[in-house]
Amino acid sequence: MQIAFLTDIHSNREALSAVLAHVAARPRPVDRFVLLGDYVGYGADPQWTIDTIADLVDKGAIAIRGNHDEAAIGAAHGMNAMAASAIDWTNRHLDKASLQFLERLPLTAIDDDRLYVHADASAPDRWLYVMDGEAARRSLEAAETRLVFSGHVHIPGIYGLSNIGKLTPFKPVPGIAVPLLAQRRWLALIGSVGQPRDGDPAAAYAVYDTHSAEIAFQRVPYDVDRAAEKIRAAGLPSGLASRLYAGR
Amino acid sequence: MATPKIGPGSIVDGWQIDSRIHKGGMATLWAVRTAEGDPPLIMKVPRLAEGEDPAAIVGFEMEQMILPRLTGPHVPRFVAAGDFRTLPYIVMEWIQGQSLHTRLPDLPLPPDEVADIGSRAATALDALHRQQVVHLDVKPSNIMVRPSGDMALIDFGLSHHLQLPDLMDEEFRLPYGTAPYMAPEQVLGDRSEPRSDLFALGSLMYFFVTGTRPFGDPQSLKGLKKRLWRDPVPPRRLNADCPPWLQEIVLRCLEVNPENRHPTAAQLALDLRTPDQVPLTARAERMEQDGFVTAFKRRLEVDTILTVKRGPAAGEAPIIMVAVDFTTTGDAAADAMRAMIRQLMISMPRARLACVNVLRLRRIGLDTTLDEEGEHKHLQRLIELRHWARPLELPEGSVTFHVLEATKPADAILDYARSNHIDHIVMGARERSTMRSLLGSVSGEVAAEAPCTVTVVRARTDEG
Repeated sequence: MQIAFLTDIHSNREALSAVLAHVAARPRPVDRFVLLGDYVGYGADPQWTIDTIADLVDKGAIAIRGNHDEAAIGAAHGMNAMAASAIDWTNRHLDKASLQFLERLPLTAIDDDRLYVHADASAPDRWLYVMDGEAARRSLEAAETRLVFSGHVHIPGIYGLSNIGKLTPFKPVPGIAVPLLAQRRWLALIGSVGQPRDGDPAAAYAVYDTHSAEIAFQRVPYDVDRAAEKIRAAGLPSGLASRLYAGR
Repeated sequence: MATPKIGPGSIVDGWQIDSRIHKGGMATLWAVRTAEGDPPLIMKVPRLAEGEDPAAIVGFEMEQMILPRLTGPHVPRFVAAGDFRTLPYIVMEWIQGQSLHTRLPDLPLPPDEVADIGSRAATALDALHRQQVVHLDVKPSNIMVRPSGDMALIDFGLSHHLQLPDLMDEEFRLPYGTAPYMAPEQVLGDRSEPRSDLFALGSLMYFFVTGTRPFGDPQSLKGLKKRLWRDPVPPRRLNADCPPWLQEIVLRCLEVNPENRHPTAAQLALDLRTPDQVPLTARAERMEQDGFVTAFKRRLEVDTILTVKRGPAAGEAPIIMVAVDFTTTGDAAADAMRAMIRQLMISMPRARLACVNVLRLRRIGLDTTLDEEGEHKHLQRLIELRHWARPLELPEGSVTFHVLEATKPADAILDYARSNHIDHIVMGARERSTMRSLLGSVSGEVAAEAPCTVTVVRARTDEG
């Protein structure tokens, strides 16, 4: 089975459209979408994004909740001013059905030997950032599955944990399939569709092949100008537009 | 993760086990075949029992990850892998041939033979490096000679695929490798430097031409680190038959800083195949090790001696071939060719240039080098080639000159490009003439068939 992982879309219609088109054009069709949260916040197209995600879920996609999704339906606690103002705006621009859709999303999902969680698996509702080996180890050790797939950090990465507790960090090369060797446990950080922060503005996603146990990370260039222009036109903080160009 | 019960006669996942070929510290090799009676293959089974070297497991994982991704005659063909959780094994091609280890009783070998072995091994390393893999355990027993003469590298247990996670890197504090051959930067824990393999091949060539290992076989980390500050005895001191050019090449491979070695394995192979064009430096003439004081000073600075820069990708140190045709090129055309070469060489200072001219023979099979007139022509062309390249003012060592004798220029150029792993061919367009419409263009044929980039240069004209 081929599983496409998308995460941290952040109301970026242009990026999500480009990624979905890229997935559709793959020589081997994808059998399932897994969406790892943060569909809204930051970008200017929350309603379209939720409609698209809900449609994917109707067709069998697995979707879990991110901190921005939670904030959009409740209190924006622990967010910086820019993120919080975007969340207020988002909340006012989503219809009732979308808010209900977000409310129903689970924090985690288990699918065979895979755990899907937006942030750190050791405390999914605390939204901790898995930014280093220590955090990756904590997240992996808390999970009961062999593999963990997460988003939240907006930077693609892989951590392997051997059975004697050695941790191997790895920065994946786009387009090169990495085998998630059976004798180890692995944490994959997918990278962000709608607001990449690793210096490459192109949208990120990944495809995992359950048969070969290989994961391939992908980058898809999209119309950043248009996404940024919409953010400015909506009156959202301009920093949310400019960072899309830098991929930071 | 118990070691599976494998023995002669047993059948594992459809593989019929014939006999044990080898039992090493890390793995056991079995000859296996499929039930249909195909030629025998090798099954490699890691030694995973309690108390075995933990590197055996990680090395096996690395090989399982890397081998299926490799292709070509310079590696064993991957056939199948077992499920690690139940029955870990890799089935691969059984290369018919001997390893270079079988040559050890014959050492020292004649210098020409060492250069020939070295160039074929460097060609194999080039193929590996182009597939993003650094071998990191180049030694006689890991180089197999196929019946075709091609060399194949085996055992990727210590290797690093530069685009895949390096499990070995995180696992062990001490450097892993084979003591006599390990590069200084590898001793210090760098596992991402393709030129580490050139150091190992240099150690091998040194050993093969002198019968002595350049750094002995140290058993401690301190002993391994000695190669950071203590230079080896020059090979010519140990074997008077070793020519200066071979010493030059071997000692360049053994430079402590990878920056001072050949930029790529392809460039090393080219040097080994063209001994008369190896630029000789002070290395070639050395007959003694550095004095005690010099070595001792280096020892005191050993921690700062090696600031390793990232090795160049093969694309940054290409071998560029310029096919110079004296029959059709006017001044403007020659200038345009040189301008193109200059641009390329300036943008890639580590590039090598091979200036080639084809001396056209009238008939096949005429060996002009035996005939005085032919020899004169050949030499004259070589002089003209050097003259042609003179305005480029390229540093010595970055350019070589070759006159090929052939009836069909395009075939000669293509053969040369293939056998020397040329990355980029630059050649002139034939002038607009009846000759071109009758014979077709050499550049057109080369561009269609070449294994690499081809740039066809034409001086700009005002007509159409």
